[in-house]
Amino acid sequence: MSTVVTPGLFSQVEVKVSKKTPYLMGVFALVVLGAFGIFGKTETVAFQWSKEDDVIKLPDFLVASNLVGIVLGVALVAIAAVSFVLALRGTKTPLWLTLVFGLSAVIALLAWLAAGNSLPFAFILGNAVVLAVPLALGAMGGIMSERVGVVNIAIEGQLLTGAFLAAVVGTLTHNLYLGLVAAMIGAALLSMVLAAFAIVYLVDQIIVGVVLNVLVLGITNFIYAQWLTQDGLNTNFPGTFPIMPIPGLSAIPIIGPALFESRITTYLAYIIIPVLWFILFKTRRGLRARAVGEHPLAADTVGINVARTRFWWVTIGGLVAGLGGAALTIGAVGAFGRNMSGGQGFIALAVVILGRWHPFSASAAALLFGFSIVLRIWANQVNPGIPTDFITMVPYVVTLIAVVGFVGRVRAPAADGQPYIKG
Amino acid sequence: MNNAAETPVVNRGNAVLKEILSGGATRALLSVLLGFVVGAIFMVFSNEAFLTAAQYFTARPTDSLAAAWTAIADGYSALFRGSIYNYAADDIVVAFRPLTETLRFAGPLIASGLGIALAFRVGLFNIGASGQLLFGALWATWISTRVSLPWGLHLIVAALVAILASAAYAAVVGFLKARTGAHEVIVTIMMNYIAAGILTYFFRTPELLREVDGGGTPKSDAPAETAQLPYLLGDQYTLHWGFILAIVGVFAYWWIMERSTMGYRFRMVGHNADAARTAGINVERTFMIAMAVSGAFVGLAAVNQALGARAGMTPDIDGTIGFDAITVALLGSSTAPGVLLAGLLFGAFKAGAPAMQVIGLSPEITGVVQGFIVLFIAAPPLVRAIFRLPPPQKSTVVADWWRSLVTKGGRK
Amino acid sequence: MKLELRGITKRFGALVANDHIDLVVKSGEIHSLLGENGAGKSTLMNVLYGLYSADEGEILLDDVVQNFKGPGDAMAAGIGMVHQHFMLIPVFTVAENVVLGHEPTGALDTLDLEAARKLVREISDRFGFDIDPDALVEDLPVGAQQRVEIIKALARDAKVLVLDEPTAVLTPQETDELMAIMKGLAKAGTSIVFITHKLREVQEVADRITVIRLGAVVGDAKPTDSASTLATMMVGRAVDLDVKKHSPKKGDAGLTVTNLTVVGDRHNKVVDDVSFTVHAGEVLAIAGVQGNGQTELAEALVGLREVTGGQIILGKLDITDSTVREVIDAGVGYIPEDRSKDGLVGDFTIAENFMVNRSYGPPFAKGLSIDFANRARIAEDLITEYDVRTPSQTTLAKQLSGGNQQKVVVARELSRDLNLLIASQPTRGVDVGSIEFIHERIIATRDAGKPVVIISTELDEVSALADRIAVMYRGKIVGIVDATTSRETLGRMMAGATV
Repeated sequence: MSTVVTPGLFSQVEVKVSKKTPYLMGVFALVVLGAFGIFGKTETVAFQWSKEDDVIKLPDFLVASNLVGIVLGVALVAIAAVSFVLALRGTKTPLWLTLVFGLSAVIALLAWLAAGNSLPFAFILGNAVVLAVPLALGAMGGIMSERVGVVNIAIEGQLLTGAFLAAVVGTLTHNLYLGLVAAMIGAALLSMVLAAFAIVYLVDQIIVGVVLNVLVLGITNFIYAQWLTQDGLNTNFPGTFPIMPIPGLSAIPIIGPALFESRITTYLAYIIIPVLWFILFKTRRGLRARAVGEHPLAADTVGINVARTRFWWVTIGGLVAGLGGAALTIGAVGAFGRNMSGGQGFIALAVVILGRWHPFSASAAALLFGFSIVLRIWANQVNPGIPTDFITMVPYVVTLIAVVGFVGRVRAPAADGQPYIKG
Repeated sequence: MNNAAETPVVNRGNAVLKEILSGGATRALLSVLLGFVVGAIFMVFSNEAFLTAAQYFTARPTDSLAAAWTAIADGYSALFRGSIYNYAADDIVVAFRPLTETLRFAGPLIASGLGIALAFRVGLFNIGASGQLLFGALWATWISTRVSLPWGLHLIVAALVAILASAAYAAVVGFLKARTGAHEVIVTIMMNYIAAGILTYFFRTPELLREVDGGGTPKSDAPAETAQLPYLLGDQYTLHWGFILAIVGVFAYWWIMERSTMGYRFRMVGHNADAARTAGINVERTFMIAMAVSGAFVGLAAVNQALGARAGMTPDIDGTIGFDAITVALLGSSTAPGVLLAGLLFGAFKAGAPAMQVIGLSPEITGVVQGFIVLFIAAPPLVRAIFRLPPPQKSTVVADWWRSLVTKGGRK
Repeated sequence: MKLELRGITKRFGALVANDHIDLVVKSGEIHSLLGENGAGKSTLMNVLYGLYSADEGEILLDDVVQNFKGPGDAMAAGIGMVHQHFMLIPVFTVAENVVLGHEPTGALDTLDLEAARKLVREISDRFGFDIDPDALVEDLPVGAQQRVEIIKALARDAKVLVLDEPTAVLTPQETDELMAIMKGLAKAGTSIVFITHKLREVQEVADRITVIRLGAVVGDAKPTDSASTLATMMVGRAVDLDVKKHSPKKGDAGLTVTNLTVVGDRHNKVVDDVSFTVHAGEVLAIAGVQGNGQTELAEALVGLREVTGGQIILGKLDITDSTVREVIDAGVGYIPEDRSKDGLVGDFTIAENFMVNRSYGPPFAKGLSIDFANRARIAEDLITEYDVRTPSQTTLAKQLSGGNQQKVVVARELSRDLNLLIASQPTRGVDVGSIEFIHERIIATRDAGKPVVIISTELDEVSALADRIAVMYRGKIVGIVDATTSRETLGRMMAGATV
């Protein structure tokens, strides 16, 4: 029974925006200002903007670590104050402001960790992008699935499948592009299973997702132990895609080398993200897909085939996620390792929610997580005196805080997770 | 419907049979069977003898088939020898050890499976069993290695601490869900990683829980003798009281879910949270309490792992229990007897691993079988289609009879 | 275009929802399909529209047999449907909703929203609908949303327009406007099938009437036939449309509501400074069109919704900020509007449903565990007393018919020791036999000296049960009048006119 309240008929009341965001921001801002600024380290940090082989080299920026902490800390406090004022006025903090906040906090943290050392900024940015690619592609696959109303917990399994097939097929065929295709097809097949179970058999979509993840992990572990470790050279040695700098664009200082000196997997991501946005919001197919995700019954009554729409979008989403998985192996380190995806599929799911099921916002969120993973790798090398175990936890803690603190109750596509039963 | 045109059930015996065949227990059995079939396929295709013979399949098919059969037979007989009865052993004690190993492994699986099952029935997805287990094990290890208490008391205190710690860790998830609406799947998974990190840190730091005279790898001391779970069948076997705890857990679960009013409210929220709210139930608080109780059951598994050990422990003390618990709960349809049987089955898989390793079969194969069993369980129509079972029947003869047995005085 | 249904039969398992139904609608005719809840009208229309496939029978348009594999085929053939529960996507605009499924496109499959807007404006102007193509559907009032549904159908060149219970959510004024629209469309050549269970509307606008009961056609009727003739055909026996009730024996004030204000989900005052008193032994009915705040008022009274301002006093007890459980324990019985969502747990047995709001102590609980023997006994008694048609008390609630489900809810609430009964849409979607039963029980509660609040959109029910009537419009109480007030006056109040 749909009760339709008739808004616009009633007198309006002032909207109260929750102060959760400004309070959290305030806490973090004070932590940054205090720990990294006022009580920060006094050693100099050398911000390395460029790498050795850059076309245009910028000189290093030398600054005291605690100075960075103080400056950024103050900026963060200012942003928190702005957010508070906006909340009082009844406006929600815009997403871009939250991202600026997050980015500044991360830079302050980096400056503190790098006290007395150099901070290879270009290197970090570049790696953040590379690490963000599987997350972003996984998230795109997740968005495609959830926008038509199918909850996709199996992104983790899709990434793992993609990583595995890319490495193994790439090695066996001595052709990385075949590995790429195999990765995409493998993940798409996994999607088809999810789609079939969720659409045709009406099984709880979350359970199917969890089960598929367990299954993929089991199968890849088995094959890894039984075959790949015995015969590694012939089965699990694909190498990686070559780095292909884009002439002209890669010469731009700082961001050039980071964004445009990359592998094909990254460039494919640059193409896929805007294309998905365009299809989803500007085309007929996208309108129908979104209709299916919001109100499948209504879509059915205008003649849209709900099952078929869901099936194809979930499957093609699998192709994209498979590409993300390939980016983990042949787009980064090469060989496949046990449980290669290590929870990144779930971080991708968090990215989907944080990005409000929108390709561009999700990509920005993926970049933020990419930073947090780089942090883990780089901080290990720099050895600042924090136990490595806590540094390892950073991406997960960030995800947790993001999902709990900044998301609240976002609006998923209205029919997300509900199977559609035809009469 | 009030409509009169209902076809009367003609053959009662037929109807009952159909009802049984379309029911959950049958499907569970068949799903297990199918899982084993898939496992057999994997065994065959990873067997060297078969792969060699397959190359000349058309010339001499019998070689391939014989190799295939041998692969399957060797694989499953190894599983049997490792998990139930070692018929190849000389003395009777060694022969029965596999069964005790199965029970020992089954203990934590049953306990954590109960926890996940309870969460399922309240409508929650508790994917955080491994994190809850690690957190509980952390505190149990602290009590068992850094605190001295007399025998009996030491064990009890350590066990209680484990259960409470696991419950608290799980309650956080419930709290976050209630207060912020955070998606519990993501929260629990992140907390898994966080717990692992915390435990590793504690096991790595000498001042905290790292073993005395330890090296670089994170490892704790063995639990003090006064805190260890005593052996159940003497020193010949490593089966300890942890299994009994799990059995107690089964009865506790059954009583909570089927007999108690708290379990009644859990089930209500799980079926229809809106109606529960209208009936006066505080749904948010129910989520928190349910997660806490779920965590408490996982805590029983933590007790198993932390206080059943006889040597120092490493941060992977949870093994694969986290995800195994989910498969146990699913196969057991979130019921007490179901979880017990499913836990025993998957415990057998774990016990059989070394025996399979001996014949060159990677024990991960049981993970594959387990995964496929649960996949089949999760798709009733699929299994129905494969075996041409009848669809869910309108006849409720068997269901009513079972319900009248289980819920006292419910007969019409 | 002439529409003919020949021998349509549709079964759901053992249930025959449509039994060899014949129907002929001439071109430009307004043909009403009349039947009570559960008679099979919606099923028949779903078959016509291609959502269901008939087991037997044929659909003919202009004497040509049709074969619809889905709504797309039906729409292409010229059949348009305005559903009872709108098939609109709330977060899309009007234009997007109207063109969904036959969108105008440009290069690369891009949406041509400008063409969509033009289409909406054109139809809207032709019939005087006054709809903004760029408005978000979720921001539109209900009457406007229904007009969007009609534009949707007309945009696809519907020659046969099916309206399924369209007036459920309209004020009497909007209903009159709809009737005028229907007549205009019919004159322009569109054939109209008008599905309803409201006799009054049928008499006003139909050219011919087909009456359905229990899935089969009972016969044809004319709009000039009397209401009781039509009612008897609908139900199959003589129906007494009035409930016998004595004049109220009013006691002290049972429920006193003062300046109650509730803020809704979209930051508007859905309950705006409402005050009323219900005495013991009287029925106060809250009338009004769906969506004017009655639902939120009921929720606020029982504690399901936060109160922003004002007071709710039950007897001497202030229950303004009480939790739902406290309100229940204070003796408030609540029959919620949506029984499958809020009233019952479909997957629980009938017996289990009887204890949903009394699980903390006797009679259903013994300490921490359920008192099974007591529960079984009470369940037996209630099933018998309230005539719930079920094979056993261990039947799952979702397997009962709508009327029997509602009887379970009523039984549960009325079997408690009540200080107040609140019943929201107590007979929505319920068969006539159960309606009579439930109405009798409500009057019995009132006669036992309890205060009763009824919330209903059905003026017939309001007139039958109420001692006094409060009309709600836009969150405010427009006036509280005696039950003898004329329908016309009530209708005007429901549209906002103060007394």
